Amino acid sequence: MMVQSIYFRRKWINRLMLGLSGIAAGIGIAMLALILGYTLVQGISYLNLDLITQAAKPAGEIGGGMRNEIFGTLILIGLASVLAIPIGLMAGIFLSDFGSPRIASAVRFAADILAGVPSIVVGVFAYALVVRPMHSYSAFSGGVALAIIMVPIVARTAEESLRLVPNSMREAALALGITRWRAVLGVVVPGALTGVVTGIMLAVARVAGETAPLLFTAFGNYFGFQGLSNSIGALPLQIYNYALSPYSDQNQQAWAGAFLLIILVLGISILVRWLSRRKRV
Amino acid sequence: MPAFFTFMERSAKSAQETDEAGNKIMPTKVIGRKFLGHRRYSDRIFSSLTVFFAFVIVAILLGMIVALNFDALPAIRKFGIEFIVGTVWNAVTEQFGALPAIYGTLLSSAIGLLIAIPISLGAAIFLVELAPNWIRGPGSFLIEMLAAIPSVIIGLWGLFVLVPFVRNPIEGWLGDNLGFIPLFQGPPFGLGFLAAGIILAIMVVPIITAVSRDVMRAVPNSQREAMLALGATRWEMIRRAVLPYCRSGLVGAVILGLGRALGETMAVTMVIGNKYALTPSLFSPGATIASKIAGEFGEAAGDVFVASLVELALVLFAVTLLINVIARLLVWRMTSVKAAQE
Repeated sequence: MMVQSIYFRRKWINRLMLGLSGIAAGIGIAMLALILGYTLVQGISYLNLDLITQAAKPAGEIGGGMRNEIFGTLILIGLASVLAIPIGLMAGIFLSDFGSPRIASAVRFAADILAGVPSIVVGVFAYALVVRPMHSYSAFSGGVALAIIMVPIVARTAEESLRLVPNSMREAALALGITRWRAVLGVVVPGALTGVVTGIMLAVARVAGETAPLLFTAFGNYFGFQGLSNSIGALPLQIYNYALSPYSDQNQQAWAGAFLLIILVLGISILVRWLSRRKRV
Repeated sequence: MPAFFTFMERSAKSAQETDEAGNKIMPTKVIGRKFLGHRRYSDRIFSSLTVFFAFVIVAILLGMIVALNFDALPAIRKFGIEFIVGTVWNAVTEQFGALPAIYGTLLSSAIGLLIAIPISLGAAIFLVELAPNWIRGPGSFLIEMLAAIPSVIIGLWGLFVLVPFVRNPIEGWLGDNLGFIPLFQGPPFGLGFLAAGIILAIMVVPIITAVSRDVMRAVPNSQREAMLALGATRWEMIRRAVLPYCRSGLVGAVILGLGRALGETMAVTMVIGNKYALTPSLFSPGATIASKIAGEFGEAAGDVFVASLVELALVLFAVTLLINVIARLLVWRMTSVKAAQE
């Protein structure tokens, strides 16, 4: 009798705890569904063509769109990519192919630490590095801030995918008598191209939605693009401003902007997922 | 594994310099040099370029440390340790103390972790130990997708959906039923520490889940099989064999989540209410280090004011740096054990 009740208890504790863990996983997925679902439904209901064709109107006026901010986000992403991809890729090549173990692990460590620095701190740093010397908020400083966030992601993913290229490919290339740098750029990097591109896209998806580092670098600009040394608007910045606005028309535009941003970011993430799955097969 | 070319260079060098018995062989070396001369030159340029760019990463990190310290200097000089324990933030009298912001950061992160830890560990256990294969992949994917949502969008959702829900029913109910605890006293604003904590929980769940899933996966199956062979139920196996085995990795996962929570800016700024308050009430609006910087840095005027905000950033940077170092070491140790076994 006694023994049976212990079995009974153990069995039910087992079921209870396993059930709870299933519920926990369900909660995690429900959070995604709640946020994503609400944003998509709200966003699509306020979505119209003005959003991508019109410039912002002054607060209080109905209408207007986020044309300049969407363009600004694309400029900032482009700028950050131009700065971050060469650094990240070359650092990745160093880590996988050229670094001595000790130096490579120090660089790797620095990259991981840099990836963990809060984005607002990166913003303050970019302010000190670029905005203060130039005496002006600028698109360039925003690009620098985003690039600092991108670099460690690009470097680490590039390293990992370059390492997956078998050494026999390197040996075969060298055996043909070509130089090492041509072996790397002509054989190793193309062999790992999917992984490298995946990492770059991951980094782009990450910075596309970043707001905190842009607050006092890109700053926002209602008049559209005025060159790289002037302040520039960005989609996430505008969503933030409009979300806190007292005007419900701007709140609605914030939702519509959020819809666009989420499509952009999740679109890239899903594409990345699809690419890396194909690589494995 | 050493980097390929480094490895090759070393073995080539040693092959050139000595034969099997250890005698130096000079001629090969000379011939080798001559033959490869022009090639080595371009190779040297390329490899120094990779070294240069790799050190750009290190330089950025060091530059950050130097620049933040330098820019914070006026505030460090003026306030010293008073900055950390001071409770007043007044731009007019130029008095700046960070304690309420530090308190707000720690409190909101603590709430976030308290909610996130059981959910993430449960989800990780489900994904590693229970879920059939066809759920495992999509399940992980969906939870990781949560991490990809930009924080400004989570803030937007928090502001318009979560905050009203937190005000009533959550804070209403807590105030009515647990109002005797100081934590749950005060008028229900909605905006405040509690809302910020819940938002942070949502944002760290995917990180803690993903990392603890990886460390749980690193537990060798022999451990599980041994426990099951002793007649343990599945839960007893998880509890007695899996979790203790990867405990340090799980701690690392939680600390990694903490690092993210402490530095999270936009979503928290949007729902915390931005009031400089030092109060035990979770319902009260508050501020975090990150929200303070985000709210005031753009319009700060005067050396000391700006320097104080930079010093806040420096504090945040130092704390997250420390936390990330600890977490990386814990997680690395755990996952590299598995890598060494394979």
